[in-house]
Amino acid sequence: MNDLVLETRGLTKRYGDFTAVDHLDLSVRRGEVFGLLGPNGAGKTTTILMLLGLTEPTEGEVNVLGFDPARQPLSVKKRVGYMPDQVGFYDDLTARENLFYIAKLNGIPRDQIKRRVEEAIERVRLSEVIDKRVGAFSRGMRQRLGLADVLIKNPQLIIMDEPTQGLDPELAHEFLSLIHSLKEEGTTILLSSHLLHQVQAICDRVGLFSRGRMVLQGTVPELARKVLGGAYRIQLETEGSAAKFRKALEGLQDVNAVTVKDGRIIVEAQKDIRADAAEAVVKAGGRLRGLSVESQSLDDIYTRYFEEAKHETVN
Amino acid sequence: MKPSTRRMKVRDEREGSPWTGLGAVLTKEMADHLTGVRMLILEMLVLLTAVGTIYTALQTIRPGSNDEFLYLRLFTTAQDPLPAFVFFLAILVPLIAIALSFDSINGEFNRRTLSRILAQPVYRDALLMGKFLGGLLTLTMVFSAIWLLIFGIGILRLGVPPTAEETGRALWFLLGTIFYGGIWMALALLFSTVFRSPATAALASIAVWAFFIFFWNIVVGVIAPLLGPKQITTLDQLVAAGQMQMILTRISPITLYADIATIMLQPTERFLGFVLPVQLDRAIQAPLPLAQSVLVIWPQLTGLIAATILLFALAYVLFQRQEIRA
Repeated sequence: MNDLVLETRGLTKRYGDFTAVDHLDLSVRRGEVFGLLGPNGAGKTTTILMLLGLTEPTEGEVNVLGFDPARQPLSVKKRVGYMPDQVGFYDDLTARENLFYIAKLNGIPRDQIKRRVEEAIERVRLSEVIDKRVGAFSRGMRQRLGLADVLIKNPQLIIMDEPTQGLDPELAHEFLSLIHSLKEEGTTILLSSHLLHQVQAICDRVGLFSRGRMVLQGTVPELARKVLGGAYRIQLETEGSAAKFRKALEGLQDVNAVTVKDGRIIVEAQKDIRADAAEAVVKAGGRLRGLSVESQSLDDIYTRYFEEAKHETVN
Repeated sequence: MKPSTRRMKVRDEREGSPWTGLGAVLTKEMADHLTGVRMLILEMLVLLTAVGTIYTALQTIRPGSNDEFLYLRLFTTAQDPLPAFVFFLAILVPLIAIALSFDSINGEFNRRTLSRILAQPVYRDALLMGKFLGGLLTLTMVFSAIWLLIFGIGILRLGVPPTAEETGRALWFLLGTIFYGGIWMALALLFSTVFRSPATAALASIAVWAFFIFFWNIVVGVIAPLLGPKQITTLDQLVAAGQMQMILTRISPITLYADIATIMLQPTERFLGFVLPVQLDRAIQAPLPLAQSVLVIWPQLTGLIAATILLFALAYVLFQRQEIRA
């Protein structure tokens, strides 16, 4: 049994004195969406290029779908779709012609090319402009065409570099839902981004990158627990005075603190104890109007983590 | 099973053929060239000079004369104010070759298509080779067409069919022309991998071209005497100095091409370069047979081909080492 689609061990890339990627251990499981997150210049693109065999690693091991990209780049590139950031096309060719070229480079049999190109374009909803010159395409259309370009080879793994960069929020959302539908079909996806809040929703696991190092890895709640002290912030809205339920709530298991603010009760807990909290309020004779748990945002985690890291180095 | 054990046996060489996808690149490049506006302009330019020079040449060539090589005269006859077609070729072929390839690599880079193309299952080899061969084949097609056109006009106006000897000579000259173009194409390809900006690559290529066309002979005139003895006293020294000058001028591809043109298109030319009157004693003033002419230009022709391969190899090495990230 082998669920790992991609694995690196001690992957390092140096340009002279500058270390772009520093002993990276990364693993991506089959069927998951993994987010490689971090600021610009953190080494995300360099990592991706090494995964594809487009840049030779200085040190370390890479394994993509059972192949070594440095030695077997063709096998890797046949199975892995790569969408570069700010994907470019031949502007004076049509969308169809652009994809035809890619299909031919992939060695897709002649009699299948036409069908596969049309299917891929259909998939990203560009069928209406299939015979228009790409030069006239908008940013969002190009990005979608970039995805069609990747889909044409039926990849087992898709790697996307900054897929939502330069898209307005609506387009970014639309694009992310396309990625989500791919995930539903069981495609494994590795994407890099510096726009944390955008990709948070679709990533199963994320790795936070900083200066060539992967500083944190895991699901978003995992990271939240690690960095934000594992606090779930549960908000309760009750009828009448909030203060009288305080005791009842403080008595619950896993509760760290209970505060009352603007008539709302905020419970900080180690687990998602919404059900217990509601029960406690009702038992204490209260009526519950609202109950919600604040989801932790990656932005918070990231900011907090680096604040702490900075703090530590200062001390 | 751990992934490391699943990995295929690691070999020292790269897997698969370096030419995977060459056909796809080649057809795309040729399609681009043949449908592009740039190519159209260049074709018009060559066509215009061909028709113009051939037309004026035809006015001086009379079909009745007992000249054996009427068709070759079409290439070499000049009449004021227009120089001969070969002269135009020597100048235009480099420009066409440079125009076809000065933006081949950096153009892909600037359009941001390079990383997308290289993420497909092909090696860089195929991309570079496809681009070069695509340009060279385009050049071959264009000049083959021009050659046929010239012979066509010739048949219509002269009324005699070309001899096998003439056809053979024209074909060898065509081969020389194509590789003369190949050198400049490889040079422009090299600059297109070195410089990020296509304009810089084009300018650098044209600078080299201008240097060889306008300045190389002057430079040789200055260098050659410095390399020899200060004062020439014996005949041997004179010969040596002359030969040194000869060797230096032949560094220029334009000289090599001119040599090929002279020998191939003027069958009565038996020697290239430095010849003493003693050596010409009792030489018969008759045209050389084709095979002998080929022997005379063989070094020039192989020189052109070798330089083309050398420049291409250099571009290849640089391209392989280039980081493709934008």
